Order: sequence, then C-alpha cells, then structure tokens
Amino acid sequence: MMPVTWVLLLSAFLFSVGVYGVLARRNAVLILMSIEVMLTAVNINLVAFNAMLRDVEMMGQIFALFIITIAAAEIGVGLAIVILIYRNRTTVTVDEVSLMKW
Amino acid sequence: MHQYVFVVIGVLMAIAAVRLVTTKNVVHGALYLLMVLAGAAALFILLLAEFVGWVQVLLYIGAVVVLLLFGLMLTRAPIGRTALDNQSRALAALVAGAIFAMTSMVLVRAFDGQMIDFSQTLAVRTLGGVLFTKYVLPFEIVSVLLLAALVGAVVLAKRDE
Repeated sequence: MMPVTWVLLLSAFLFSVGVYGVLARRNAVLILMSIEVMLTAVNINLVAFNAMLRDVEMMGQIFALFIITIAAAEIGVGLAIVILIYRNRTTVTVDEVSLMKW
Repeated sequence: MHQYVFVVIGVLMAIAAVRLVTTKNVVHGALYLLMVLAGAAALFILLLAEFVGWVQVLLYIGAVVVLLLFGLMLTRAPIGRTALDNQSRALAALVAGAIFAMTSMVLVRAFDGQMIDFSQTLAVRTLGGVLFTKYVLPFEIVSVLLLAALVGAVVLAKRDE
C-alpha cells in the first residue's frame, strides 16, 4: 500500500518543470523535449489513478496509450517543422523566428 | 518495499527533469530526457501497468529520443546558457512554481488518504480486450492520425526540387 498523493505530487512536479522548460528555453528542440516531459507527467497521473481505482475497464491505461501514440505523431511533425525552419533561417532559436508576429 | 522503489525512481526522475531544463549542453539534455522517460517506464511497471511501461520503452526510448537526437544533430544547436535560455527565466520559474503549488494543493486536498493497493493484478488480457472492443473506433482513428502525421512529416521535411 502506498499513498496515491506521492505519485500525484511527483507528476505535478514533472509537469511544472516541463512548463518552466517551455517558457525559459530558446532552442526549439529543447522546447519539444520539455513538452515530452509534460506529457509523461500526465501519463503517470492516468496510470496511478487506474491503479488506485482498480478500474476493470483499464480506462487510465488506455488513455495513456493513446497519449503516447499522439505524442509520437506530434514529435514527428514538430521535428519536421523545426528542420524546415532551420533550412530556411539557419536557426532554431524561437525568438528569432518572429516573421508572423506583430 | 514498493514505497522505497518509488522514492528512488521519483528522486532520480525529479533530478533528471530539473537538469534537463537547466543544462547548458543540448545532447546532455537529450540524455536527461532519456532518464526521465526510463524512470516513467519503471514507474508504470511499478504501478501495475506493464504493457504501458513496455510501450513507453519501445516508443519513447526507442523512437522519440533517437528522433530528437537526430533533430539536434541536424540543426547544429549552440552550447551555453545565453544561447539556450531566454531572458525571462525568473518569470518562467515563478509561473512553474505557482502551477506546482496550486496543483499540489488541490491534489493533496482531494486525494489525501487514498491508497494504491499493490496486491491486485491488472491483466494485460483485459487491456487488450477492452482496447479492441469498446475503444476500437478511437484506436482506428489514432492509426489514421499516425498515417497523416507520417505523410505530413515527409511532405514538410522533403526538399523542393
């Protein structure tokens, strides 16, 4: 037996670290990495609730599987965009890519 | 026993995550991300989700980290704090700290005293059964989404003649 709040606090901490990474980093690939950390935190939450509620339909685990799949798709398209930006501007620093910003 | 394993994994994951967002070298960052994701896989296996744990190993550690490393190598990222971080680091830390304080307060108040029982078993057989009966339509939609992402990535990264 283990209190479920331990797992929830760990995942809340990982999520906020990911938020910090997204806000403080300039490199686009590092921002993508921070997004992965945030998605992993959400998955930990879902799996912990699944174990806590003893769900016979495994809702939490199935949601976690869908999130993992969508994260893989996201990282593929995201990196393709990053490489395209690098090819056009020779930089992946996000504050320098401000052509469409007013 | 489970508590000690959880504490060890949790501390390692927390340290690796903090190092990931503060490191000065992008390749080290990718390796710290690997540590976070491997810790998450271990945590899934600890929390009775073996299948999700191994999917995490295959998809994240096997594919996503390798893809990110390729991305780093192809974009020639600079090294150093000023090149990697922007000026609003203190503000970002404030926002992240506020999010952590708020979510942890809400979670502790809502779920204090609830326990995870490790003596139960959650069979992978049931997971497969539910995934291919009740959730078969979302499953198919996700496979179409993956195909679309694959085509989109190829179209975006392809050089124009």
